[in-house]
Amino acid sequence: METETVTVSTVIGDLPATPTGDATETLTLNMGPQHPSTHGVLRLVLELDGETVVRAEPHIGYLHTGMEKTMENEAYQQAITITDRMDYLSGMNNNLGYCLAVEKLLGLEIPPRGNAIRVLMSELQRIASHLVWLGTHAVDIGAMTMFFYCFREREILLNFFEEVSGARLTPAYIRVGGVAMDLPIGFEEKVAQFLGLFPDRLDEYWTLLDENPIWRDRTVDVGLLSAKDCLAYGVTGPVLRASGVAYDVRKAMPYCGYEQYDFEVPVGQNCDVFDRYRVRMEEMRQSIRILEQVLRTMPDGQTNADDPKIVLPPKERVFSDMEALIHHFILVTRGFPVPPGEAYASIESPKGELGYYIVSDGSEKPYRVRVRPPSFYNLQSLPHIVTNNMVADVVAVIGSLDIVLGEIDR
Amino acid sequence: MADAASIQTELTKIRSAGSDAVQSVEENPVMGTPWITVKPRSIVSVLKILRDDRALDYKLLTDLTCLDRPEREKRFGVVYILYSVTHNKRLFLRVWVGEGEAVPTVSAVFPSANWAEREVYDLFGVIFEGHPDLRRIELPDEWEGHPLRKDYPLIGRRPVILYNDVKDIL
Repeated sequence: METETVTVSTVIGDLPATPTGDATETLTLNMGPQHPSTHGVLRLVLELDGETVVRAEPHIGYLHTGMEKTMENEAYQQAITITDRMDYLSGMNNNLGYCLAVEKLLGLEIPPRGNAIRVLMSELQRIASHLVWLGTHAVDIGAMTMFFYCFREREILLNFFEEVSGARLTPAYIRVGGVAMDLPIGFEEKVAQFLGLFPDRLDEYWTLLDENPIWRDRTVDVGLLSAKDCLAYGVTGPVLRASGVAYDVRKAMPYCGYEQYDFEVPVGQNCDVFDRYRVRMEEMRQSIRILEQVLRTMPDGQTNADDPKIVLPPKERVFSDMEALIHHFILVTRGFPVPPGEAYASIESPKGELGYYIVSDGSEKPYRVRVRPPSFYNLQSLPHIVTNNMVADVVAVIGSLDIVLGEIDR
Repeated sequence: MADAASIQTELTKIRSAGSDAVQSVEENPVMGTPWITVKPRSIVSVLKILRDDRALDYKLLTDLTCLDRPEREKRFGVVYILYSVTHNKRLFLRVWVGEGEAVPTVSAVFPSANWAEREVYDLFGVIFEGHPDLRRIELPDEWEGHPLRKDYPLIGRRPVILYNDVKDIL
């Protein structure tokens, strides 16, 4: 039988010409600033050709509150409370970086117990920050359970911070000259208890994600950034290490006695989202190793440097000792002068190299405080990573960069 | 750490960019590494040498920032902090410029300088010559003044009203 062929155009009218080659029209898509997967108030303007990103432009500054300017107008001890509002997921690390820079200017030596407590807090904070990263990164990609699991463990850590400092996110516990106060009684046992439980929980996360085909599909060979490009864009931290460069400030330029602890710097090689995940997972295991060593070797003695002109006297002495009362009064009302000079101190925060460049003019307030926020430079590489990739991968890449807008905008 | 002797190689190499490229070398006992003050015009070639020379290998521009000293004739000190992963060494460079003078951009040498220079322009008002995209980055485009300058008041100049109209955002 003979069949009659009818062209579609006779039925529905003339179709527009099929797009060929470069004659395609692009679509501009606005993502954020209010978007759950931008981890804060990041706004991305994406130009799409079908599902491929042609151009991506991050807009930042929605959280800009002039923190560096504010710090220039606060006494050195007061400015600590501003630092933990920058990267609010790792307040202890921010406190530490700032204090190290001021202590460099003062030429202050911290007693061993003070340093050990600082390491203890930074590593607990690193785990807490990585847990938020893992939970939110996984929920972005669709693994809802991870979010609840990670936040369950993070709760224990936040309770630790509350116990030592009274605050969960903004501890201001690490102070110039040492720490705010010694560890509460029984604190070390609680940390030890957590360390007994946490490796099993990590294995649990591991089994949920590592062999999960959906997770692998969304992360393996996605969001490539070579080691060369990482360095060119100033990317540091786990993202740089996932590209095969073993740069970790804790090893390269040890501070707070990190050189006494035995730990490894995990390094990836595929430069993709999956390797960044693996590097951070391994970092949590290394943090457990460090924490176990800190608890085993925790020295006794003073936590604060022995300098009454800088460190607040203990409260019980303020009520009984004239000199302590005067020091307390002067330090609280006026602060302490810092010799003129310039210092740069950097630490390995969970996000990367966190640097503080502080200039002093000899007064009680810093002349200039510059924060080198790791997220700022890590985010800068985002357009380079996502261009010519699928739009669905943008969310996975943002998650793997682990940015905090609080420190990007400051 | 170290004194001027330890960066002798760096200084010799930098001077090959031009005999007057280095203006001064200041000891900095706090940081250990001295400050190298470079002529604004030479900064691009100096950074290129530091990045590409195998013996130096400063591949990472850790940070680029600025310092305002209004009492000086050239009030803005633009700071470059470099790091060499292979040699585990940090280097601090500085360029002094006055009000209205431009610094050549280094974003072609280090792409990381792109946003950092935009931030310095935004908050200090230093112009980076040849920058591909010199716009404000933290503050709104229509903002007046540069807040991190020492003569900018802490409370700002006027109340902030942002985005009256939808077309301002797009």
